[in-house]
Amino acid sequence: MAKLSKETQDKITDLKDKFPARRSAVLPSLHYAQAELGYLDDATLAEVAALLEVPQSMTAEVVGFYTMFDRQPRGRYKLEVCRNISCALMGAKQLTKYLEQKLGVELGGTTKDGKFTLLETECLGACGYAPMLMIGPYFYENLTRDKVDAIVGALAEDRDPPIRPAGYPEMDGEKPKPLAKANSASAEIRDRLAVSEGKK
Amino acid sequence: MKGEMRVTTPHVDLPRSFTLKVAEEHGVYGSLKKALAGIKPDDLIQMVKASGLRGRGGAGFPTGGKWGFVPKNIPKPRYVVCNADESEPGTFKDRIILERDPHLLIEGCVLTAYAVESHQVYIYIRGEYGLSIQRVSDAVREAYKAGYLGKNIQGSGFDCDLTVYAGAGAYICGEETGLLDSLEGKRGHPRLKPPFPAVVGLYGSPTVINNVETLASVPAIVEKGPEWFAATGVKNAAGPRIFAVSGHVNKPGLFELEMGKVTLRELIDYHCGGIRNGRKVKAVIPGGASTPFLSADELDVTLDFDAIQAKGSFMGSTAVIVMDETTCMVHAALILTRFFAHESCGQCTPCREGTHWAETILERFEHGGARKEDIDILIDIAAEMGGGRTICALADGAIGPIKSTIQKWRGDYEAHVPGGCPRNGELCEVSW
Repeated sequence: MAKLSKETQDKITDLKDKFPARRSAVLPSLHYAQAELGYLDDATLAEVAALLEVPQSMTAEVVGFYTMFDRQPRGRYKLEVCRNISCALMGAKQLTKYLEQKLGVELGGTTKDGKFTLLETECLGACGYAPMLMIGPYFYENLTRDKVDAIVGALAEDRDPPIRPAGYPEMDGEKPKPLAKANSASAEIRDRLAVSEGKK
Repeated sequence: MKGEMRVTTPHVDLPRSFTLKVAEEHGVYGSLKKALAGIKPDDLIQMVKASGLRGRGGAGFPTGGKWGFVPKNIPKPRYVVCNADESEPGTFKDRIILERDPHLLIEGCVLTAYAVESHQVYIYIRGEYGLSIQRVSDAVREAYKAGYLGKNIQGSGFDCDLTVYAGAGAYICGEETGLLDSLEGKRGHPRLKPPFPAVVGLYGSPTVINNVETLASVPAIVEKGPEWFAATGVKNAAGPRIFAVSGHVNKPGLFELEMGKVTLRELIDYHCGGIRNGRKVKAVIPGGASTPFLSADELDVTLDFDAIQAKGSFMGSTAVIVMDETTCMVHAALILTRFFAHESCGQCTPCREGTHWAETILERFEHGGARKEDIDILIDIAAEMGGGRTICALADGAIGPIKSTIQKWRGDYEAHVPGGCPRNGELCEVSW
């Protein structure tokens, strides 16, 4: 019962002989699968293993070890607040509480409309720009209540936040790819996880 | 700015610095051309040895020495791996290179591959660094097109491929052998050493693993010569480091400074504009979450390996985390211990059990129910965890915050007995 699209299946089978050891294709393949489906259930782990022609234990073994892999469905927008020391010093806990109230969910929960899931993570490397929030591929930094309101307000209506994510200063003239709308953030992730040129 | 020395961040403030066009305009790939045209691989290793460059990831191992351990006379491929799994709490220095100067990093990678006669480089980037992955991947494509990667680079006859690999969220994959296991598609479990990766590394082959900032330092050494680099900094600490300052300072951020020329106090007071709201500093973590806390009276220490070590801490990943006088040291230790417990890979009992029990006891201090003897139990646990009883250094890092906070702020712990945090469980005063 294949759940993955032909496109994702092809991307995964293309990885089969990309590395000196077949097993190295497991992590990127799971990234691809999650980018399409939003989470990895047992059937998907089996499907990825079958596509790569590796034992199912190889996908099952890693999925629980790495925090980016989700084993259950999440909201369309996953809001991940860094809770580690530098962010905590600048109000990460207050930020999380504010989001809990604003969204009406507890940490770990998903809003009833399926739009937002609120999570905490460990350090994401934005320590000097705390507190911060990761949404899909983007970091939103130096957050204030106003910024959070603007970001969440826009995403609630599936519009792109009026605030630029980190790493896109005006001077570069680069526009981030849209975050809003169904699965475009996933498409972005799929894009950037492309194991680039290079061969075994 | 006092002590400023830009070796790995000279281009990051330029518009579109991540593109090949801007990079080439500012001399990136010049060192690669120079080396391919006239420096022998073994001489390049000698140059890096002579420069005194030490690893910028945390351990500070001499880079040229690492390269020199790679055997060239065995019939196996050799690999170069760039460790871009930046995840030590407080550390955000490699990200600026990945996002804003990926070509400088690629140049450093190819130079390293050339020196150890490797034809395959992997850049392992933590999966959460979406923009880094995108920028490095785009730069790799540009570099292939321009003949800085691939077959017969710049007509030299030297071939080198480069593959970007995304991690999936695990601190332990920043440990170099944990990273290798992850790159092989497994759980990131650090390996017993010896054998060291230089001899038995990725796919069982000789492998050089270096941090992003380390590799990005190599082009400048080739361009200006090892003597120039070695003459900077102080004894045992040549060149600059990128200090990533976070916490209660007025101007947090990144500062690439020559080692040994600026004190921790100057970094906080001048470069970072002092402590927010005119408050006083209480504690500083000098090198990322794994390094012991320094107290306010220990800040007149110059920023180099030996000076910080003489204070009982480490330079680590040069992640400077500043805490003001309102910060509770028990809570700070709890946050870090919870992190280490979460990130322990679980192979070694002292680490898996020790971080868990330390977290449980610290929770007791925080939420009530701690006894005075729990302070000594924490010290006991720390003693059982550290000192080389585990495969990797995670456990040794985890005990730093516990031991140093108890030693320097025992009163903070005693104030939590038995009723829990006297301040409603807040880490510090923060208006958010």
